[in-house]
Amino acid sequence: MMNDSGQGTDGPVSKLIDQFHKLPGIGPKTAQRLTYYLIRMPEEEAKDLAEAIISVKDKISLCSRCFNITESDPCKICTDPKRDNSCICVVEEAMDIVSLERTGSYNGLYHVLHGAISPMNGIGPDELKIQALLVRIENVTEIILATNPNIEGEATAMYIHRLLNPFGISITRPARGLPVGGDLEYADDLTLGRALEGRESF
Amino acid sequence: MPPPRIYKTEVIVIRQVSFGEADRILTLCSPELGKIRAVAKGIRRHKNKLRGQLELVSRASVSISRGRNLDTISEAKTIDSYKPVREELERLTIGLYLAELTDNFTVEQASNESIYLLLVETLELLGNSINLHNLMRRFELNLLKHSGFDPELYHCIECQNELEQRDHLFSCSSGGVVCTNCRSSTDVLLPLSVNSMKFLRFIEREPMFENLENLKVSTKSQTEVQHLLRTYLRYVSERRLKTTELLDLTLT
Repeated sequence: MMNDSGQGTDGPVSKLIDQFHKLPGIGPKTAQRLTYYLIRMPEEEAKDLAEAIISVKDKISLCSRCFNITESDPCKICTDPKRDNSCICVVEEAMDIVSLERTGSYNGLYHVLHGAISPMNGIGPDELKIQALLVRIENVTEIILATNPNIEGEATAMYIHRLLNPFGISITRPARGLPVGGDLEYADDLTLGRALEGRESF
Repeated sequence: MPPPRIYKTEVIVIRQVSFGEADRILTLCSPELGKIRAVAKGIRRHKNKLRGQLELVSRASVSISRGRNLDTISEAKTIDSYKPVREELERLTIGLYLAELTDNFTVEQASNESIYLLLVETLELLGNSINLHNLMRRFELNLLKHSGFDPELYHCIECQNELEQRDHLFSCSSGGVVCTNCRSSTDVLLPLSVNSMKFLRFIEREPMFENLENLKVSTKSQTEVQHLLRTYLRYVSERRLKTTELLDLTLT
């Protein structure tokens, strides 16, 4: 579809605007700004960007064990001998692994579901990598269900918990509590309630 | 006089769709304003003041400012997050089912207080009810009633004669029970046994859930009535029910 903001310009310009507009969080104005910035950019840099996009699509695939995005299969985390392979942390998206790795508090393996159960949007358990998780649980002693603390993440965690419960593995969920740097006054009732339930000796 | 720029109301969040980097478009059910679609800006960010206040299937008081296309939620405070509903997969899935049905049966800018009150009451009961099937059947039938699609259960919808106490058929297109004499070959009819008809009549005339909660219904009647109501709900709303697949998977 021809973008309005590309009117009066040549084909390639409006085509690029349209392509940027498809990206998440990019509106027509931002798409136009990015395109005109690229036009002014040195050719070398623009080519680097184009190559980076192509190589991401060429070289990146999903790890056949944990379904994280990876250059090599199995991924670096799955093949790292220093990591504790008796513990699997289940996350919704590959991006969540980046956040968890940044904490430096976890040394086990991961499993990416690629979504959460969202019945109203037609996403059921079969659309997620849940069956592939069940294949991995041999020799595993703990599964951490680190799905998002919203209703869809909760439903997913409860569903997996139900499937894994008969295997006698320890199933845990990250604690829900007060965010660092926040005021108690602004905490919502659910978070505050769960933070109190999960209080620790000081 | 133009309507005020900011309005306040009480709502139940019945649908959410992620939008942009950290926003969500919420569908809200309000007693006096009907269905509202509004954007909650930045709600997915940890430091946002709306975060945690407008979870799906929770009741909240909100301030909303009118926009050209979409209204924007400026303030929100949870009234009831229905915590017991969130702690069990079955109850949570039913909560989502009730929200989907409410979304299908309400329209924007048309108040329907009785549907709102029915949803609030059912969500409160859902937290600790021991008879989840009967609770769902009660919601389904009352939702149809408050939307003007109350099925006729005492007289044949075609000949208006009083129905005998025996097995009959149900017509979705006519919205009621059809006696054997009036059945037409072109209409799609659903079976309705005499026990299922009694069950439906009991739900219809019993205002309090306590009596319905203790009512034991045979599996056959429960399945028949569930199928009949779901088919009729789908027929009336002209929409597929998306949550029923997970509902059937989790509810034993």
